[in-house]
Amino acid sequence: MPDQHRSHAIPRTGGHSAPRSASQPVLRLDRLVRTHGSGATEVHALRGIDLSVHAGELVAVMGPSGSGKSTLLTLAGGLDTPTSGHVIVEGMDITTAGRRQLAALRRRSIGYVFQDYNLIPALTAAENVALPLELDGTSARKARAAALASLDEINLRPLADRFPDEMSGGQQQRVALARALVGNRRLVLADEPTGALDSETGESVLALLRSRCDAGAAGILVTHEPRFAAWADRVVFLRDGSVVDETLRSRADSLLSGRAAGL
Amino acid sequence: MSIRHGLLALLERGPRYGSQLRSEFESRTGSTWPLNVGQVYTTLSRLERDGLVAPGGEDAAGHTLYAITDTGRSELREWYERPVDRTNPPRDELSIKLAMAVGAPGVDIRAVIQSQRHATIQAMQDYTRLKAQAITAIEGGRADERDDLAWLLVLEQLIFQTEAEARWLDHSESRLVRLAARAAAEPAPPAAPAAPPATGPAADTTAVRSRSARTRRG
Repeated sequence: MPDQHRSHAIPRTGGHSAPRSASQPVLRLDRLVRTHGSGATEVHALRGIDLSVHAGELVAVMGPSGSGKSTLLTLAGGLDTPTSGHVIVEGMDITTAGRRQLAALRRRSIGYVFQDYNLIPALTAAENVALPLELDGTSARKARAAALASLDEINLRPLADRFPDEMSGGQQQRVALARALVGNRRLVLADEPTGALDSETGESVLALLRSRCDAGAAGILVTHEPRFAAWADRVVFLRDGSVVDETLRSRADSLLSGRAAGL
Repeated sequence: MSIRHGLLALLERGPRYGSQLRSEFESRTGSTWPLNVGQVYTTLSRLERDGLVAPGGEDAAGHTLYAITDTGRSELREWYERPVDRTNPPRDELSIKLAMAVGAPGVDIRAVIQSQRHATIQAMQDYTRLKAQAITAIEGGRADERDDLAWLLVLEQLIFQTEAEARWLDHSESRLVRLAARAAAEPAPPAAPAAPPATGPAADTTAVRSRSARTRRG
């Protein structure tokens, strides 16, 4: 089939080429259940979710409000405890980890990006990015060097000494993304990161998240915007706390294949 | 799709022969709408009949060249200035399918919606990856930047179009869910003598059916 030959001709970036099945996922959710309340007022936020995200992969989670998207992200990041099931981050089951272990894992392995950026207003961009490293015991000098390198990677080095209120929303969100992935952190959990941004800026944030995943991070993107979800390798659909469907990884070559072959 | 005006637009840049027009049309639009060379020659002969193009000799290799006429140029200008006609929306299979699925016995309309949403988002993923490649090509300053840019615009149109479809599906589903919840919460209306007989399967509790039942009663 000529299309199959074409698919090899398409340059794929970063971690896509690694055989996924052979490697350990950065994040694994195993039969994850979260129930709030009990008896008549019991609410089943998540009803047994299985999901793995590997290095180099960006997974989008979509679903109507109340479908469990945010609960999933909160549990994946160890900010809440599941009713049953397991959350395994880089091989460690965080549902059975002690409080200190969990705090250390959150500092070292997991980065968050929120809709409203959540940068600390009294700190500069570089200080915000350096903060997780400093909290983890890295010296201020080394942390700053790592923060500057991280800002440099996303072309924001010139903004290193600006405070959040001196930056645009898009710039703040890109700094938040740098903070989420500074050091050796490989898991980024993004909750509607484009929610407060205009379409073009939102797209630049998504392109950055995509490129960080191509460079080896694993990401979950919760969004209700189909156009942003489309940057992901897989899109998982939640409804009433269950995965009802998911798309396969993109096969750009299967569509408009004549043109794709030329690239 | 206007092949006619597409060809006129290419001929405005200078005389061209048939297969050259075909390949330029496709490189502009990323082969999104492939043309066969027969379509190109059929269109050229109609354009010639209407006085919009004229044969313009041969090139060194003996290809028959076509050139745009002044009438062709003014037709092309008018085409650029004239908005695309929306008075007769093209038949849309998905709209027709959902319209038919409403209250259809044995059809789970939410499953119909999800199956389409899957395909629509998948297509958006594909377009988005191609778009990222086009942007990389443009930023890398490739020689055929103009074609890459034209293709990027076409891809983004496809992305926005599929996005509108995905949003419409989300909206339709949440409307169905809301109506179903309302129908379930409403007390049963007093039995009217003219109440329509239940014709659907007993298990069918879709909101839209109950709404249409209410409409009939009203």
